[in-house]
Amino acid sequence: MSITIGVLAIQGDVQENIFATQKALDELGMSGNVIPVKTPDEIYKLNGLIIPGGESTTIGQLSLVNRSRTAIKEKIEQGMPVFGICAGMIMLSTTANDRIVGNTNQPLLEFLDIQLERNSFGRQRNSFEASISMDSINIPKFNGVFIRAPSVSSIGPDIEVLSKYEEKIVAVKKGNIIGTSFHPELTQDAALHKYFVNLVSQAG
Amino acid sequence: MLPLSGARGDAKGIVREKSGSGDVLRGTSTLKRGFAHMLKNGVVMDVTNVEQAQIAEEAGAVSVMVLDKLPSDVRKAGGVARTASIKIIEEIMNSVTIPVMAKCRIGHVYEARVLEETNVDMIDESEVLTPADEHHHIWKWDFTTPFVNGARSLAEALRRIEEGAAMIRTKGEPGTGNVAEAITHIKKVNDELRAIKSVYDSDDNQDLIRIAREFKVSYDLVEKTAKLGRLPVVNFAAGGIATPADAAYLMSLGCDGIFVGSGIFNSDDAKERARSIVMATTFWNEPEKVKEAQRMIDERQSMLGLDVKTLELRMQERGGSA
Repeated sequence: MSITIGVLAIQGDVQENIFATQKALDELGMSGNVIPVKTPDEIYKLNGLIIPGGESTTIGQLSLVNRSRTAIKEKIEQGMPVFGICAGMIMLSTTANDRIVGNTNQPLLEFLDIQLERNSFGRQRNSFEASISMDSINIPKFNGVFIRAPSVSSIGPDIEVLSKYEEKIVAVKKGNIIGTSFHPELTQDAALHKYFVNLVSQAG
Repeated sequence: MLPLSGARGDAKGIVREKSGSGDVLRGTSTLKRGFAHMLKNGVVMDVTNVEQAQIAEEAGAVSVMVLDKLPSDVRKAGGVARTASIKIIEEIMNSVTIPVMAKCRIGHVYEARVLEETNVDMIDESEVLTPADEHHHIWKWDFTTPFVNGARSLAEALRRIEEGAAMIRTKGEPGTGNVAEAITHIKKVNDELRAIKSVYDSDDNQDLIRIAREFKVSYDLVEKTAKLGRLPVVNFAAGGIATPADAAYLMSLGCDGIFVGSGIFNSDDAKERARSIVMATTFWNEPEKVKEAQRMIDERQSMLGLDVKTLELRMQERGGSA
């Protein structure tokens, strides 16, 4: 069967994730559709969803406006694989605090039992690129692009840590749900998108 | 992946630090342009104090831009418009979680240095403030903090990118509540992009170098942009946007996002207007939702606006020839 992967197109770097996922499919020699999605109808038809980088407060509030949040929740409960990047990982978490401002009280999806610290590495001037590894999923070396990135400050018992950078947790997994602090879609390396595409095809 | 056309790997603004696991890089074009990509499909709102910044964040703005005065008030006040008070910028940075930008004067290297030391997330080298140098813009590659610049044409946009801008916005005519100039500028950039793309597709290098000379930018940047068929950085609309329909129309013309200056906080219904412009920007391709957004505001509370033809001060012309 051919899989359909959606990139939530409310706000953020949607196009880069479409390119990266398409590249992953091509490199794996798999057929599939990669589409931007916004409405509940579009979301219900998906086999997998990427929530891209952007501003989590914006994405959270607007996903309430057109009920896409409800659709995403139902689909994840049914086992649809989902990949949250930066703002997307914040959306999937249970609690978000800002390093400076404190509790943010923003609308979240509450699937990953993790506490998020927003803007954990500082402001844009401190955004950085550094080499990281995700050994447990066979990606030993990856260029981590961290832009005003969050980190995971505490995790529940069922959360698997995929990667740490300077003692801070920057990638997590729980079943079919992955979250990263960094932006794989801004690099040339489709390894993590390939890993996600494989999750989707196995779940399908 | 990001288009990195014209990026300088040897820029002084790139900071390389050794760490246990290898090199750490800051201020690269991937990080600067990548930051701007995270703002796509969003609204950046001009604010002058903490209260306005919080209204903007609650309304779903992707970022706020701190000024001393809103552009329409700059027009009224006259005199020299400079960068905002650092204390106010800091207060705003400590009270919202979204990125905070601030404006500096065109060519004013040390206003920009001060903003970088303040740790704002992006610097707008802006024609809304009084230019400090009529002949030069800032060499933005020297900074780790990314810059956004205004442009009225493809030539201006590429000149700013060649100086290191990580993001472009139209100039429009700031502080007028009149969207006409922003529409003209985005259409002009789009037309010129189509034109150079077709020159590239017909493999006419002679004409590409003629265009590069006319634009006053390098052949390399013109060729790479022509190949892409779009700017190698994100392009937002700015200048005169006052209503949800204004924002939706500009999005439909291919803009990556919206800056709203005086349009929100010089209206009498700022909260509703901020929310409605965010909604219209996100759902621009669903006219039903744009109507809902437009219904949230009252035209009698829109800022009055100015006819661009009768203006004594045309901010868009500032820095345009350099």
